[in-house]
Amino acid sequence: MAAPLTLLLIVAVTIRAVLFRSSLAELISARVEVVSPLNAWKRVVEGLALLDLGVSPYSGDVFHETPLMIYLFHFTVDYAEIVFIVSAYFFRKQKYALESDRYSADCLELLRSPKEMFYIPLKVAMFYLLNPFTILSCVAKSTCGLNNAIIALFIFCTLKGSALLSGILLALATYQSIYPLTLFAPALLFFLQRLYIPVNLRRSSFWFFTLQYAFMYVGSLVVITGLSFFLLGSWDFIPSVYGFIFSVPDLTPNIGLFWYFFAEMFEHFRLFFSCVFQFNVFFYTIPLSIKLKEHPVFLIFMQIAIISIFKSYPTVGDVALYMAFLPAWSHLYRFLRNIFLVSCVLLACSALFPVLWHLWIYAGSANSNFYYAITLLFNFGQVKVFTTTWLTNCEWKNRWRNKVSLFINLY
Amino acid sequence: MGLLSDPNRRKALTGLLTRLNTPICIVCYLAGIVWFMGLAFEPFTLRTYMSENAMGSTMVEERFSSGERALSLAKEFDAHKRQARGMPVEWLVKAMQSRGLEVFTQSFSRKLPFPDENKERYMVRGTNVYGILRAPRAPRTEALVITAPCSPGNTNNQAVALLLALAQYFRNQIYWAKDIIFLVNEHDLIGTQAWLEGYHHTNITGMEYSPLQGRAGSIQAALSLELSSDVITSLDLVLEGLNGQLPNLDLANLFYAFCQKLGVLCTIQGKLQRNDWDTAEGYTHAAQTMMLMVLKQACGRSWGDHGLFLRYHIEAASVRGINSFRHYKTDATTIGRLLEGMVRKLNNLLERLHQSYFFYLLPSLSRFVSIGYYMPAFGLLAVILLLRVSFPGLCHCFSVSLQPSSPGVLTVLTPVVISHLTGVALYLLPVHLQEMAVEHFPVSETEAVVLTAIAIYTAGLALPHNTQRLLSGEGTEQGWKVLKLTALLYLAVLLGCTALINFSLGFILAVTLVPITASITPHMPKALYAVVMVLLSPAFTILYCVFIYQELIEAPVSVSEGWMLFLSVISQGILDHALYGSLVYPLLALFIYPCWLMFWNILFWN
Repeated sequence: MAAPLTLLLIVAVTIRAVLFRSSLAELISARVEVVSPLNAWKRVVEGLALLDLGVSPYSGDVFHETPLMIYLFHFTVDYAEIVFIVSAYFFRKQKYALESDRYSADCLELLRSPKEMFYIPLKVAMFYLLNPFTILSCVAKSTCGLNNAIIALFIFCTLKGSALLSGILLALATYQSIYPLTLFAPALLFFLQRLYIPVNLRRSSFWFFTLQYAFMYVGSLVVITGLSFFLLGSWDFIPSVYGFIFSVPDLTPNIGLFWYFFAEMFEHFRLFFSCVFQFNVFFYTIPLSIKLKEHPVFLIFMQIAIISIFKSYPTVGDVALYMAFLPAWSHLYRFLRNIFLVSCVLLACSALFPVLWHLWIYAGSANSNFYYAITLLFNFGQVKVFTTTWLTNCEWKNRWRNKVSLFINLY
Repeated sequence: MGLLSDPNRRKALTGLLTRLNTPICIVCYLAGIVWFMGLAFEPFTLRTYMSENAMGSTMVEERFSSGERALSLAKEFDAHKRQARGMPVEWLVKAMQSRGLEVFTQSFSRKLPFPDENKERYMVRGTNVYGILRAPRAPRTEALVITAPCSPGNTNNQAVALLLALAQYFRNQIYWAKDIIFLVNEHDLIGTQAWLEGYHHTNITGMEYSPLQGRAGSIQAALSLELSSDVITSLDLVLEGLNGQLPNLDLANLFYAFCQKLGVLCTIQGKLQRNDWDTAEGYTHAAQTMMLMVLKQACGRSWGDHGLFLRYHIEAASVRGINSFRHYKTDATTIGRLLEGMVRKLNNLLERLHQSYFFYLLPSLSRFVSIGYYMPAFGLLAVILLLRVSFPGLCHCFSVSLQPSSPGVLTVLTPVVISHLTGVALYLLPVHLQEMAVEHFPVSETEAVVLTAIAIYTAGLALPHNTQRLLSGEGTEQGWKVLKLTALLYLAVLLGCTALINFSLGFILAVTLVPITASITPHMPKALYAVVMVLLSPAFTILYCVFIYQELIEAPVSVSEGWMLFLSVISQGILDHALYGSLVYPLLALFIYPCWLMFWNILFWN
């Protein structure tokens, strides 16, 4: 396993290094599908410049990263490319480790041969490292890669069973962008399952553990926020980062659903629509948690997919995050019906994004409707992947249950 | 999506597709071709009309009368041009200054990647001279450009002279709301590119130029004038720009309206409009005009100095005076009045031209085919690829190939990577290896570049026989089906994206590539199919287009002359890409050719 993995790493690092040095790097870092106002490298550099001048980096509404991120880059700005490559490697290492770890413990994987299981970590690593979306994101030096690394570390620590580390990393991920807040529920469910505490609202053990975990999470969040305050000496970062995420003032087109709507609506209704759109992201946590309480890892996958489809400034790096997890559920492939059509749609949309952008902005022959149509189609394809995986999981569970009950009845 | 998730209906649909797949594909292909040819039939086209309100409602009396003075100016310009052996910069500057314009010059230089044999230049150095007529009353935020090229020899003297005469006339009028820039560019397209890059502060093609000292605001429209004789019989309108981009149809409508008003004969593609659409000759004439436009748009080069303006979202067209054997002659005053009228209408624009169509085909100047009518022709051809992809045998392969145990994905990866590497070699090597080629072979640099390109293209044909030996577990049924699936999807997406940007290029490539790629399998008779594939490959498509183009402009060529023209077309394509950023050569070398190579691989799979 080590040899193919090393080969994969070398290939991935080579591709990124070659692209970093070519003239394509500036082209890619300007693409709106790859960078958003939240994680663009240009804005990080701007924020660093303002910090060096002694001005608050949040003045001027350009910089929307968290203070810890500025300080991280303050020290490593010359080696930025290396930081991004290392985070990609780190991320992949976590994925690899978590995959190889998970299946020894998970007893539901009896439907697959051990040989297939052996290859899954490698496939996950391949899906992430060689995914063109991740490569583009890394070459553009978007901080999305770092966010993905933190989320992967969080999943790793959760699966390893360390509640404290998991809480701290989840707090860090939430601190970066609010949306990983929804991952609190699946992490909690995983720990409860692991410690054999039944999810019963009347049991005191359930409440005891929940409060413990919540305390660790909220505590780390408070500590990190306090640290940011002390680093910069003001609370400026809260409206600039979290206010920016929630109120969506920047309407640069991207692959998400917010920009077109918010560009057309009247000021009077803006608050209402922001609430509705943001609520959409958090809303699915409760029903999904109830339905998937025995499968917290699948729930994590579902939540990450929902976040990357419905968040306010998605980029292709977010899409790559949940796509990398797909091989982990390869036992569902037999039942996936429309996956071919959907993947063709996603591929065609990815090819059409730059074409319609060119026709709109440079040639002037198209307009925003064309670009938004492709955005809608892309998100529709993503939602189809999400629902297809969900439905096949339900179907697979039913078949598994039938087989097990048959098995039990025989004996 | 009930149709796809209901198993019974799904089975019925797949059964239908399996049984009738080939007949449907053939019908679609024929329907696509017939639809395309039927576009030129007059009842299927729409009459052109002026869409922009700001340009339609003014009734203007044109009063330009200095045609004779322009002609004497032309002789003076010719004399000074001969004396200066290039562009008479001082004379032009003085002439423009005496007419009350603010005059500036810009010098530029460019070293071509290899010598251009058509225009005989390699190291180009020149100067652009432009004068700005400031609008007397309005704030100076918008501008119009009138440009005439300074060409060597006897060409375009009258154009520059008419430009100066118009400048003098315009200077005395008070109704200008936009600044007017009178530009005389040297070395045609290279000069225009240098001026535009200087004006917009960009540097996309590696040109060296001095910064522009004077600017006039955002350019709304541009007109390029080419006039080489004292009297003309007709005016030709040239619309095709770089990468097949066309100006807004309103500009063509404007030109046509003024030609009608002043009684000037106007042509497009050099062909005069006919009234007998219901006869065979009438239809053929319209079809020929449309085919000429398609061929010119597909080759992606700019057919007039206006073509480079389009990239900056400036609507521009070229007006070319033609002097042929007709009874009725038009003098310079009338041409001046026509230009005056057009510029006055453009002066009235409140915003950029955007009301009319950007994507159209013109079988004649008064009839047009919009994108909604011509896209189904391409759609029918693209549907063939999708039908082939959804052919159940192939579709099943996809789900099977997702299993980790089958070697499907890796066997596909090798031909794909090797084809693309060959494409990269075809793109990079001809220009980079020209010195080496010139050392070892007795050819000039241009010939070296073109022949290297053809050599790499032919060398790619030998690949399948070699790559198969490198791979283990070759020759499986599964392998070629997965490769064909990938290649068909790749071709469909590629042709779709090309057709969106440049419909003509996408359509021509689809017509030649779709039949062979849809029907290719390794089980066909190899020799026959190999010959057919080579005859329908992108290089031969270019060759056929050259011959068809020569037929259509009524200057047919013999085979050897056609071959020389083909070689010059390749060299022009590479030069256009290097000088102006044309995308046809990279598209063909980096994407279409590797895609074709993948199908070639399938043919020789075992």
